[in-house]
Amino acid sequence: MPEPHRPVLGSLALIAVVIGAGAAVFAYTAGWFSPQRLTPTRLVDALAPAAGPSLGHRRNHAKGICFTGAFEANGAGSELSKAQVFARGQYPVLGRFNLATADANAPDATVRVHGLGIRIATPDGQEWRSAMIDAPVFAVSTPQGFYELLLASASKDPNAMKKFVAAHPEFAAFGDWAKNAPWTDSYAEDRFNSLNSFVFVDNAGAERVVRWSLLPAAQLVSISPDDLAKRGPDYLEQEIAQRVASAPQHWAMVVTIANLGDPTADPSKAWPQDRRTVEVGTLVVQKIEAERDGPCRDINFDPTVLPTGIRTSDDPFPAARSAAYMKSYDLRTSEAKDYPRTATGAKP
Amino acid sequence: MIGSRQRFTPLQRLLHWLMAICILTMLFIGVGMVSTIMPKYLPLVAIHKSLGIAILVLALIRLAVRLRYGAPALPADLPEPMKLAAYLSHYALYALMIGMPLIGWAMLSAAAYPVVVFGGVYLPAILPQSDSLHTWLWDAHFYLAFAFFGLVLMHVAAALFHALVRRDGVFEAMASVSTHDEVAPAE
Repeated sequence: MPEPHRPVLGSLALIAVVIGAGAAVFAYTAGWFSPQRLTPTRLVDALAPAAGPSLGHRRNHAKGICFTGAFEANGAGSELSKAQVFARGQYPVLGRFNLATADANAPDATVRVHGLGIRIATPDGQEWRSAMIDAPVFAVSTPQGFYELLLASASKDPNAMKKFVAAHPEFAAFGDWAKNAPWTDSYAEDRFNSLNSFVFVDNAGAERVVRWSLLPAAQLVSISPDDLAKRGPDYLEQEIAQRVASAPQHWAMVVTIANLGDPTADPSKAWPQDRRTVEVGTLVVQKIEAERDGPCRDINFDPTVLPTGIRTSDDPFPAARSAAYMKSYDLRTSEAKDYPRTATGAKP
Repeated sequence: MIGSRQRFTPLQRLLHWLMAICILTMLFIGVGMVSTIMPKYLPLVAIHKSLGIAILVLALIRLAVRLRYGAPALPADLPEPMKLAAYLSHYALYALMIGMPLIGWAMLSAAAYPVVVFGGVYLPAILPQSDSLHTWLWDAHFYLAFAFFGLVLMHVAAALFHALVRRDGVFEAMASVSTHDEVAPAE
Protein backbone atom coordinates (compact mmCIF):
# COMPACT_ATOMS: atom_id res chain seq x y z
CA MET A 1 0.00 0.00 0.00
CA PRO A 2 1.52 3.34 -0.97
CA GLU A 3 1.50 6.09 1.66
CA PRO A 4 -1.32 4.89 3.92
CA HIS A 5 -0.75 7.59 6.54
CA ARG A 6 -1.97 10.72 4.83
CA PRO A 7 -5.32 9.37 3.64
CA VAL A 8 -5.89 7.88 7.11
CA LEU A 9 -5.14 11.15 8.83
CA GLY A 10 -7.40 12.97 6.37
CA SER A 11 -10.18 10.46 7.03
CA LEU A 12 -9.83 10.80 10.77
CA ALA A 13 -9.95 14.58 10.44
CA LEU A 14 -13.10 14.29 8.33
CA ILE A 15 -14.73 12.06 10.94
CA ALA A 16 -13.80 14.54 13.68
CA VAL A 17 -15.33 17.39 11.70
CA VAL A 18 -18.58 15.49 11.06
CA ILE A 19 -18.97 14.54 14.73
CA GLY A 20 -17.98 17.99 15.96
CA ALA A 21 -20.43 19.68 13.62
CA GLY A 22 -23.21 17.32 14.71
CA ALA A 23 -22.57 18.07 18.36
CA ALA A 24 -22.41 21.82 17.67
CA VAL A 25 -25.74 21.88 15.83
CA PHE A 26 -27.29 19.90 18.67
CA ALA A 27 -25.96 22.33 21.25
CA TYR A 28 -27.22 25.26 19.18
CA THR A 29 -30.68 23.69 18.96
CA ALA A 30 -30.66 23.25 22.73
CA GLY A 31 -29.99 26.98 23.08
CA TRP A 32 -26.55 26.63 24.65
CA PHE A 33 -25.14 29.29 22.34
CA SER A 34 -28.17 31.58 22.74
CA PRO A 35 -28.11 33.25 26.16
CA GLN A 36 -30.76 35.70 24.95
CA ARG A 37 -33.31 33.02 24.01
CA LEU A 38 -36.36 33.20 26.29
CA THR A 39 -36.49 29.62 27.51
CA PRO A 40 -39.07 28.13 29.89
CA THR A 41 -36.32 28.01 32.51
CA ARG A 42 -35.55 31.72 32.20
CA LEU A 43 -39.22 32.64 32.33
CA VAL A 44 -39.85 30.45 35.36
CA ASP A 45 -36.71 31.70 37.12
CA ALA A 46 -37.87 35.28 36.60
CA LEU A 47 -41.07 34.49 38.52
CA ALA A 48 -39.15 33.68 41.69
CA PRO A 49 -39.35 36.20 44.52
CA ALA A 50 -36.13 37.68 45.90
CA ALA A 51 -36.14 35.12 48.70
CA GLY A 52 -36.31 32.27 46.20
CA PRO A 53 -39.16 30.13 44.90
CA SER A 54 -41.66 28.31 47.13
CA LEU A 55 -40.19 24.83 46.78
CA GLY A 56 -42.70 22.12 45.95
CA HIS A 57 -45.26 24.69 44.83
CA ARG A 58 -46.32 26.11 41.48
CA ARG A 59 -43.85 28.78 40.40
CA ASN A 60 -46.69 31.25 39.90
CA HIS A 61 -50.19 31.17 41.36
CA ALA A 62 -48.39 29.32 44.14
CA LYS A 63 -51.06 29.74 46.81
CA GLY A 64 -54.25 27.83 46.20
CA ILE A 65 -56.89 25.40 47.32
CA CYS A 66 -58.47 22.43 45.51
CA PHE A 67 -62.09 21.95 44.59
CA THR A 68 -64.17 19.29 42.91
CA GLY A 69 -67.55 19.62 41.30
CA ALA A 70 -69.28 19.38 37.96
CA PHE A 71 -69.72 21.20 34.72
CA GLU A 72 -73.37 21.13 33.71
CA ALA A 73 -73.48 21.72 29.97
CA ASN A 74 -76.77 23.10 28.70
CA GLY A 75 -76.12 21.96 25.12
CA ALA A 76 -75.95 25.46 23.64
CA GLY A 77 -72.17 25.15 23.06
CA SER A 78 -72.63 22.26 20.64
CA GLU A 79 -73.48 24.78 17.97
CA LEU A 80 -69.97 26.24 18.36
CA SER A 81 -67.79 23.22 19.10
CA LYS A 82 -68.02 19.49 18.56
CA ALA A 83 -66.27 18.82 21.90
CA GLN A 84 -68.29 16.41 24.01
CA VAL A 85 -68.02 18.79 26.94
CA PHE A 86 -70.67 21.02 25.31
CA ALA A 87 -73.22 18.26 24.76
CA ARG A 88 -75.97 18.55 27.36
CA GLY A 89 -74.86 16.64 30.42
CA GLN A 90 -72.85 16.67 33.61
CA TYR A 91 -69.10 16.21 33.57
CA PRO A 92 -66.75 15.87 36.56
CA VAL A 93 -64.54 18.82 37.38
CA LEU A 94 -61.30 19.14 39.29
CA GLY A 95 -60.13 22.65 39.97
CA ARG A 96 -58.14 25.06 42.06
CA PHE A 97 -58.77 28.57 43.35
CA ASN A 98 -55.52 30.47 43.57
CA LEU A 99 -53.71 33.73 44.05
CA ALA A 100 -51.35 35.09 41.41
CA THR A 101 -48.24 35.13 43.52
CA ALA A 102 -45.01 33.17 43.48
CA ASP A 103 -45.06 33.04 47.29
CA ALA A 104 -47.13 30.13 48.60
CA ASN A 105 -47.43 31.90 51.97
CA ALA A 106 -48.36 35.36 50.72
CA PRO A 107 -51.14 37.00 52.79
CA ASP A 108 -54.33 37.24 50.73
CA ALA A 109 -54.49 41.02 50.92
CA THR A 110 -51.11 41.37 49.21
CA VAL A 111 -52.20 39.67 45.99
CA ARG A 112 -54.25 41.61 43.45
CA VAL A 113 -55.11 38.87 40.95
CA HIS A 114 -57.22 35.80 41.73
CA GLY A 115 -57.16 32.74 39.51
CA LEU A 116 -59.02 29.54 38.82
CA GLY A 117 -57.67 26.37 37.25
CA ILE A 118 -60.11 23.79 35.94
CA ARG A 119 -60.07 20.34 34.38
CA ILE A 120 -63.28 18.98 32.89
CA ALA A 121 -63.26 15.30 31.93
CA THR A 122 -65.70 13.79 29.45
CA PRO A 123 -66.72 10.15 28.90
CA ASP A 124 -64.84 10.02 25.57
CA GLY A 125 -61.60 10.18 27.59
CA GLN A 126 -60.80 13.75 26.61
CA GLU A 127 -60.07 16.67 28.89
CA TRP A 128 -60.43 20.41 28.81
CA ARG A 129 -57.99 22.23 31.04
CA SER A 130 -58.03 25.96 31.51
CA ALA A 131 -56.47 28.48 33.85
CA MET A 132 -58.24 31.82 34.17
CA ILE A 133 -57.87 35.03 36.16
CA ASP A 134 -60.21 37.71 37.43
CA ALA A 135 -58.63 40.59 35.50
CA PRO A 136 -60.66 41.59 32.41
CA VAL A 137 -57.52 41.93 30.28
CA PHE A 138 -54.01 40.60 30.55
CA ALA A 139 -51.17 42.94 31.54
CA VAL A 140 -49.11 42.61 28.36
CA SER A 141 -49.45 41.70 24.70
CA THR A 142 -46.72 39.10 24.37
CA PRO A 143 -44.87 36.49 26.45
CA GLN A 144 -41.69 38.53 25.95
CA GLY A 145 -43.56 41.52 27.42
CA PHE A 146 -44.56 39.38 30.41
CA TYR A 147 -40.90 38.46 30.96
CA GLU A 148 -39.99 42.16 30.84
CA LEU A 149 -42.73 42.90 33.35
CA LEU A 150 -41.27 40.29 35.70
CA LEU A 151 -37.78 41.76 35.33
CA ALA A 152 -39.08 45.30 35.91
CA SER A 153 -41.09 44.27 38.98
CA ALA A 154 -38.04 42.60 40.50
CA SER A 155 -35.62 45.35 39.53
CA LYS A 156 -33.87 47.48 42.13
CA ASP A 157 -33.92 50.40 39.70
CA PRO A 158 -36.64 52.74 41.05
CA ASN A 159 -37.50 53.77 37.49
CA ALA A 160 -37.77 50.22 36.15
CA MET A 161 -41.58 50.09 36.24
CA LYS A 162 -41.87 53.56 34.71
CA LYS A 163 -39.62 52.48 31.86
CA PHE A 164 -41.60 49.27 31.45
CA VAL A 165 -44.94 51.10 31.27
CA ALA A 166 -43.50 53.55 28.75
CA ALA A 167 -42.35 50.66 26.58
CA HIS A 168 -45.64 48.76 27.03
CA PRO A 169 -48.57 51.15 26.60
CA GLU A 170 -50.92 48.15 26.55
CA PHE A 171 -50.26 47.79 30.29
CA ALA A 172 -52.54 50.78 31.00
CA ALA A 173 -55.84 48.87 30.81
CA PHE A 174 -54.66 46.21 33.25
CA GLY A 175 -53.06 48.88 35.45
CA ASP A 176 -56.35 50.77 35.57
CA TRP A 177 -58.21 47.61 36.59
CA ALA A 178 -55.63 46.74 39.26
CA LYS A 179 -55.87 50.24 40.72
CA ASN A 180 -59.59 50.89 40.53
CA ALA A 181 -61.56 47.67 40.37
CA PRO A 182 -63.10 46.51 43.65
CA TRP A 183 -61.43 43.70 45.58
CA THR A 184 -63.75 40.81 46.40
CA ASP A 185 -64.12 39.14 49.78
CA SER A 186 -64.62 35.67 48.29
CA TYR A 187 -63.45 33.52 45.41
CA ALA A 188 -67.15 32.77 44.92
CA GLU A 189 -67.71 36.38 43.81
CA ASP A 190 -64.94 36.48 41.24
CA ARG A 191 -65.50 36.51 37.53
CA PHE A 192 -62.77 34.42 35.88
CA ASN A 193 -61.70 35.04 32.29
CA SER A 194 -59.71 32.93 29.85
CA LEU A 195 -58.20 36.13 28.37
CA ASN A 196 -56.42 34.03 25.78
CA SER A 197 -58.37 33.26 22.65
CA PHE A 198 -58.94 29.76 21.33
CA VAL A 199 -60.61 28.32 18.25
CA PHE A 200 -63.87 26.39 18.51
CA VAL A 201 -64.48 23.91 15.69
CA ASP A 202 -68.06 22.81 15.09
CA ASN A 203 -69.38 19.59 13.58
CA ALA A 204 -69.27 21.03 10.07
CA GLY A 205 -65.64 22.06 10.55
CA ALA A 206 -66.45 25.77 10.82
CA GLU A 207 -64.11 27.67 13.09
CA ARG A 208 -64.75 30.57 15.43
CA VAL A 209 -62.26 32.38 17.61
CA VAL A 210 -63.55 32.68 21.15
CA ARG A 211 -62.70 33.64 24.70
CA TRP A 212 -64.63 32.39 27.70
CA SER A 213 -65.50 33.55 31.18
CA LEU A 214 -67.02 32.15 34.36
CA LEU A 215 -69.61 34.56 35.77
CA PRO A 216 -70.30 34.12 39.48
CA ALA A 217 -73.83 33.58 40.77
CA ALA A 218 -72.78 35.07 44.12
CA GLN A 219 -73.28 38.79 44.59
CA LEU A 220 -70.09 40.83 44.67
CA VAL A 221 -69.18 42.21 48.09
CA SER A 222 -66.25 44.55 47.74
CA ILE A 223 -63.67 44.90 50.45
CA SER A 224 -60.64 47.12 50.82
CA PRO A 225 -57.25 45.39 50.96
CA ASP A 226 -56.84 46.79 54.48
CA ASP A 227 -60.06 45.19 55.66
CA LEU A 228 -59.16 41.94 53.89
CA ALA A 229 -55.83 41.97 55.71
CA LYS A 230 -57.64 42.26 59.05
CA ARG A 231 -59.53 39.04 58.34
CA GLY A 232 -56.28 37.10 58.32
CA PRO A 233 -53.64 35.98 55.81
CA ASP A 234 -55.58 32.91 54.59
CA TYR A 235 -59.10 34.28 54.83
CA LEU A 236 -60.06 33.52 51.23
CA GLU A 237 -59.35 29.79 51.60
CA GLN A 238 -61.19 29.57 54.91
CA GLU A 239 -64.12 31.51 53.50
CA ILE A 240 -64.54 29.45 50.33
CA ALA A 241 -64.28 26.20 52.32
CA GLN A 242 -67.07 27.35 54.64
CA ARG A 243 -69.21 28.75 51.86
CA VAL A 244 -69.03 25.61 49.74
CA ALA A 245 -69.61 23.41 52.79
CA SER A 246 -72.92 25.17 53.34
CA ALA A 247 -73.99 25.24 49.67
CA PRO A 248 -72.51 24.48 46.24
CA GLN A 249 -71.32 27.59 44.41
CA HIS A 250 -72.16 28.36 40.80
CA TRP A 251 -70.62 30.14 37.84
CA ALA A 252 -72.16 30.50 34.38
CA MET A 253 -69.74 29.72 31.57
CA VAL A 254 -70.11 32.26 28.79
CA VAL A 255 -68.32 32.04 25.46
CA THR A 256 -67.65 35.27 23.54
CA ILE A 257 -67.20 35.01 19.78
CA ALA A 258 -64.77 37.32 18.00
CA ASN A 259 -65.66 39.23 14.89
CA LEU A 260 -63.26 39.23 11.98
CA GLY A 261 -60.49 41.69 12.77
CA ASP A 262 -60.81 41.54 16.56
CA PRO A 263 -57.45 41.34 18.38
CA THR A 264 -57.43 37.56 18.83
CA ALA A 265 -53.65 37.39 19.32
CA ASP A 266 -53.50 40.01 22.07
CA PRO A 267 -55.02 39.21 25.48
CA SER A 268 -54.30 42.76 26.69
CA LYS A 269 -57.03 44.03 24.34
CA ALA A 270 -60.68 43.54 25.24
CA TRP A 271 -63.09 42.80 22.41
CA PRO A 272 -65.96 45.24 21.81
CA GLN A 273 -68.89 44.84 24.24
CA ASP A 274 -71.42 43.94 21.54
CA ARG A 275 -69.80 40.68 20.54
CA ARG A 276 -72.07 37.68 20.51
CA THR A 277 -72.01 35.57 23.66
CA VAL A 278 -73.37 32.09 24.31
CA GLU A 279 -73.95 30.69 27.78
CA VAL A 280 -72.84 27.07 27.48
CA GLY A 281 -73.29 25.72 30.99
CA THR A 282 -72.70 26.06 34.71
CA LEU A 283 -69.70 25.28 36.86
CA VAL A 284 -70.81 23.85 40.19
CA VAL A 285 -68.20 23.78 42.95
CA GLN A 286 -69.24 21.12 45.45
CA LYS A 287 -66.28 20.34 47.65
CA ILE A 288 -63.16 22.13 48.85
CA GLU A 289 -59.97 20.31 49.84
CA ALA A 290 -56.63 21.63 51.06
CA GLU A 291 -54.00 21.58 48.34
CA ARG A 292 -51.36 19.73 50.37
CA ASP A 293 -53.24 16.43 50.14
CA GLY A 294 -55.77 17.50 47.56
CA PRO A 295 -56.48 16.15 44.08
CA CYS A 296 -55.42 19.37 42.28
CA ARG A 297 -51.93 19.37 43.77
CA ASP A 298 -50.18 17.41 41.04
CA ILE A 299 -52.40 18.52 38.17
CA ASN A 300 -50.92 20.92 35.65
CA PHE A 301 -53.73 23.22 34.48
CA ASP A 302 -52.00 23.53 31.12
CA PRO A 303 -54.33 25.61 28.92
CA THR A 304 -53.29 23.68 25.81
CA VAL A 305 -54.79 20.42 27.05
CA LEU A 306 -57.90 20.71 24.90
CA PRO A 307 -60.52 18.28 23.58
CA THR A 308 -61.15 17.74 19.89
CA GLY A 309 -63.30 20.74 18.92
CA ILE A 310 -61.14 23.31 20.71
CA ARG A 311 -57.66 24.29 19.57
CA THR A 312 -55.17 27.08 20.11
CA SER A 313 -55.48 30.29 18.09
CA ASP A 314 -52.92 32.87 16.93
CA ASP A 315 -52.65 34.01 20.58
CA PRO A 316 -48.99 33.32 21.50
CA PHE A 317 -49.65 32.90 25.22
CA PRO A 318 -51.07 29.37 25.51
CA ALA A 319 -47.90 27.89 23.98
CA ALA A 320 -45.68 29.97 26.27
CA ARG A 321 -47.81 29.11 29.28
CA SER A 322 -47.73 25.42 28.40
CA ALA A 323 -43.93 25.48 28.17
CA ALA A 324 -43.56 27.39 31.44
CA TYR A 325 -46.21 25.38 33.33
CA MET A 326 -44.45 22.18 32.27
CA LYS A 327 -41.16 23.50 33.64
CA SER A 328 -42.87 24.55 36.86
CA TYR A 329 -44.51 21.14 37.13
CA ASP A 330 -41.21 19.30 36.58
CA LEU A 331 -39.58 21.41 39.27
CA ARG A 332 -42.27 21.23 41.91
CA THR A 333 -42.93 17.50 41.57
CA SER A 334 -39.20 16.93 42.14
CA GLU A 335 -39.42 19.03 45.31
CA ALA A 336 -42.29 17.14 46.93
CA LYS A 337 -40.19 16.60 50.06
CA ASP A 338 -40.24 20.39 50.60
CA TYR A 339 -44.05 20.37 50.62
CA PRO A 340 -44.76 17.11 52.42
CA ARG A 341 -48.15 15.55 52.41
CA THR A 342 -49.64 15.07 55.85
CA ALA A 343 -49.40 11.57 57.29
CA THR A 344 -53.15 10.99 57.21
CA GLY A 345 -53.59 12.11 53.65
CA ALA A 346 -50.41 10.59 52.29
CA LYS A 347 -50.69 8.56 49.16
CA PRO A 348 -49.23 5.07 49.33
CA MET B 1 -20.98 -20.34 8.57
CA ILE B 2 -21.78 -21.40 5.05
CA GLY B 3 -23.60 -18.82 2.98
CA SER B 4 -23.65 -16.19 5.72
CA ARG B 5 -24.85 -12.79 4.63
CA GLN B 6 -22.37 -10.02 3.97
CA ARG B 7 -25.05 -7.35 4.13
CA PHE B 8 -28.14 -6.68 6.17
CA THR B 9 -31.38 -7.62 4.45
CA PRO B 10 -33.05 -4.85 2.42
CA LEU B 11 -35.80 -4.64 5.06
CA GLN B 12 -33.20 -4.17 7.79
CA ARG B 13 -31.42 -1.50 5.79
CA LEU B 14 -34.70 0.30 5.13
CA LEU B 15 -35.64 0.20 8.81
CA HIS B 16 -32.18 1.38 9.83
CA TRP B 17 -32.15 4.47 7.62
CA LEU B 18 -35.79 5.34 8.26
CA MET B 19 -35.19 5.13 11.99
CA ALA B 20 -31.94 7.06 11.70
CA ILE B 21 -33.92 9.99 10.30
CA CYS B 22 -36.67 9.60 12.91
CA ILE B 23 -34.27 9.37 15.86
CA LEU B 24 -32.11 12.30 14.83
CA THR B 25 -35.24 14.39 14.24
CA MET B 26 -36.56 13.25 17.60
CA LEU B 27 -33.41 14.19 19.51
CA PHE B 28 -33.21 17.62 17.89
CA ILE B 29 -36.90 18.33 18.47
CA GLY B 30 -36.49 17.20 22.07
CA VAL B 31 -33.71 19.61 22.98
CA GLY B 32 -35.25 22.34 20.85
CA MET B 33 -38.76 22.19 22.27
CA VAL B 34 -37.66 22.38 25.92
CA SER B 35 -35.69 25.54 25.18
CA THR B 36 -38.47 27.64 23.64
CA ILE B 37 -41.72 29.31 24.68
CA MET B 38 -42.59 30.34 21.10
CA PRO B 39 -45.78 29.12 19.40
CA LYS B 40 -43.72 26.39 17.68
CA TYR B 41 -43.43 24.75 21.12
CA LEU B 42 -46.85 23.13 20.74
CA PRO B 43 -46.37 21.51 17.31
CA LEU B 44 -42.87 20.40 18.34
CA VAL B 45 -44.23 18.65 21.43
CA ALA B 46 -47.02 17.07 19.36
CA ILE B 47 -44.53 15.76 16.79
CA HIS B 48 -42.22 14.57 19.58
CA LYS B 49 -44.97 12.39 21.07
CA SER B 50 -46.20 10.97 17.77
CA LEU B 51 -42.71 10.34 16.46
CA GLY B 52 -41.81 8.67 19.76
CA ILE B 53 -44.63 6.18 19.38
CA ALA B 54 -43.67 5.63 15.72
CA ILE B 55 -40.09 4.91 16.78
CA LEU B 56 -41.31 2.49 19.45
CA VAL B 57 -43.33 0.53 16.87
CA LEU B 58 -40.50 0.59 14.32
CA ALA B 59 -37.97 -0.50 16.95
CA LEU B 60 -40.10 -3.48 17.96
CA ILE B 61 -40.47 -4.51 14.32
CA ARG B 62 -36.76 -4.03 13.84
CA LEU B 63 -35.94 -6.14 16.87
CA ALA B 64 -38.13 -8.95 15.56
CA VAL B 65 -36.51 -8.73 12.13
CA ARG B 66 -33.07 -8.74 13.72
CA LEU B 67 -33.89 -11.83 15.77
CA ARG B 68 -35.18 -13.52 12.63
CA TYR B 69 -32.41 -12.57 10.17
CA GLY B 70 -29.46 -11.77 12.43
CA ALA B 71 -26.58 -9.60 11.31
CA PRO B 72 -23.55 -10.12 9.08
CA ALA B 73 -20.53 -11.28 11.03
CA LEU B 74 -17.98 -8.62 11.92
CA PRO B 75 -14.65 -8.91 10.08
CA ALA B 76 -12.51 -11.62 11.62
CA ASP B 77 -9.55 -9.25 11.90
CA LEU B 78 -11.47 -6.61 13.87
CA PRO B 79 -9.67 -6.10 17.21
CA GLU B 80 -11.50 -7.59 20.18
CA PRO B 81 -12.08 -4.24 21.98
CA MET B 82 -13.76 -2.88 18.84
CA LYS B 83 -15.92 -5.98 18.55
CA LEU B 84 -16.95 -5.60 22.17
CA ALA B 85 -17.73 -1.91 21.64
CA ALA B 86 -19.80 -2.80 18.60
CA TYR B 87 -21.85 -5.40 20.49
CA LEU B 88 -22.38 -3.26 23.57
CA SER B 89 -23.27 -0.11 21.68
CA HIS B 90 -25.86 -1.98 19.62
CA TYR B 91 -27.48 -3.43 22.73
CA ALA B 92 -27.57 0.11 24.15
CA LEU B 93 -29.06 1.55 20.95
CA TYR B 94 -31.84 -1.04 20.90
CA ALA B 95 -32.50 -0.47 24.62
CA LEU B 96 -32.79 3.28 24.04
CA MET B 97 -34.92 2.99 20.89
CA ILE B 98 -37.44 0.94 22.83
CA GLY B 99 -36.88 2.44 26.27
CA MET B 100 -37.02 6.16 25.55
CA PRO B 101 -40.55 6.20 24.07
CA LEU B 102 -41.76 4.03 26.94
CA ILE B 103 -40.12 6.32 29.51
CA GLY B 104 -41.69 9.36 27.85
CA TRP B 105 -45.11 7.73 27.76
CA ALA B 106 -44.79 6.61 31.38
CA MET B 107 -43.61 10.08 32.42
CA LEU B 108 -46.70 11.72 30.91
CA SER B 109 -48.87 9.06 32.53
CA ALA B 110 -47.33 9.69 35.96
CA ALA B 111 -48.12 13.41 35.55
CA ALA B 112 -51.76 12.68 34.59
CA TYR B 113 -51.43 14.35 31.19
CA PRO B 114 -53.59 12.93 28.45
CA VAL B 115 -51.26 11.18 25.98
CA VAL B 116 -52.47 12.21 22.53
CA VAL B 117 -50.62 11.20 19.37
CA PHE B 118 -51.18 11.52 15.63
CA GLY B 119 -53.59 14.41 16.12
CA GLY B 120 -56.24 12.64 18.18
CA VAL B 121 -55.34 9.09 19.19
CA TYR B 122 -55.62 8.81 22.98
CA LEU B 123 -53.19 6.33 24.50
CA PRO B 124 -53.97 4.83 27.90
CA ALA B 125 -51.93 5.77 30.96
CA ILE B 126 -49.29 3.10 31.63
CA LEU B 127 -48.54 4.28 35.16
CA PRO B 128 -50.62 5.73 37.98
CA GLN B 129 -50.18 9.38 38.87
CA SER B 130 -47.12 9.85 41.08
CA ASP B 131 -44.84 12.83 41.65
CA SER B 132 -41.89 10.62 42.62
CA LEU B 133 -42.24 8.36 39.56
CA HIS B 134 -42.65 11.43 37.37
CA THR B 135 -39.44 12.94 38.71
CA TRP B 136 -37.52 9.71 38.28
CA LEU B 137 -38.79 9.22 34.72
CA TRP B 138 -38.24 12.86 33.78
CA ASP B 139 -34.61 12.65 34.89
CA ALA B 140 -34.17 9.37 33.03
CA HIS B 141 -35.73 10.78 29.84
CA PHE B 142 -33.57 13.91 30.03
CA TYR B 143 -30.19 12.32 30.74
CA LEU B 144 -30.70 9.29 28.52
CA ALA B 145 -31.51 11.63 25.63
CA PHE B 146 -28.02 13.07 25.83
CA ALA B 147 -26.55 9.59 26.23
CA PHE B 148 -28.55 8.54 23.16
CA PHE B 149 -27.21 11.43 21.12
CA GLY B 150 -23.67 10.68 22.28
CA LEU B 151 -24.12 7.06 21.28
CA VAL B 152 -25.45 8.10 17.85
CA LEU B 153 -22.37 10.27 17.35
CA MET B 154 -20.10 7.36 18.31
CA HIS B 155 -22.06 5.11 15.98
CA VAL B 156 -21.59 7.56 13.10
CA ALA B 157 -17.87 7.92 13.92
CA ALA B 158 -17.45 4.15 13.96
CA ALA B 159 -19.37 3.74 10.70
CA LEU B 160 -17.17 6.34 9.00
CA PHE B 161 -14.08 4.70 10.49
CA HIS B 162 -15.11 1.41 8.88
CA ALA B 163 -15.94 3.16 5.61
CA LEU B 164 -12.94 5.44 5.27
CA VAL B 165 -10.13 3.96 7.32
CA ARG B 166 -10.61 0.21 7.64
CA ARG B 167 -12.61 -0.22 4.41
CA ASP B 168 -13.66 -3.61 5.71
CA GLY B 169 -17.21 -3.84 4.33
CA VAL B 170 -18.95 -3.14 7.65
CA PHE B 171 -20.25 0.22 6.42
CA GLU B 172 -21.43 -1.27 3.13
CA ALA B 173 -23.30 -3.99 5.01
CA MET B 174 -25.80 -1.30 6.03
CA ALA B 175 -25.18 1.47 3.50
CA SER B 176 -25.62 -0.50 0.29
CA VAL B 177 -28.75 0.25 -1.69
CA SER B 178 -28.54 -3.00 -3.65
CA THR B 179 -31.46 -5.35 -3.14
CA HIS B 180 -29.62 -8.41 -4.43
CA ASP B 181 -29.07 -11.14 -1.94
CA GLU B 182 -25.47 -10.84 -1.00
CA VAL B 183 -24.21 -14.23 0.00
CA ALA B 184 -20.62 -15.01 0.73
CA PRO B 185 -19.23 -17.79 -1.38
CA ALA B 186 -19.37 -21.13 0.33
CA GLU B 187 -16.07 -22.05 1.83
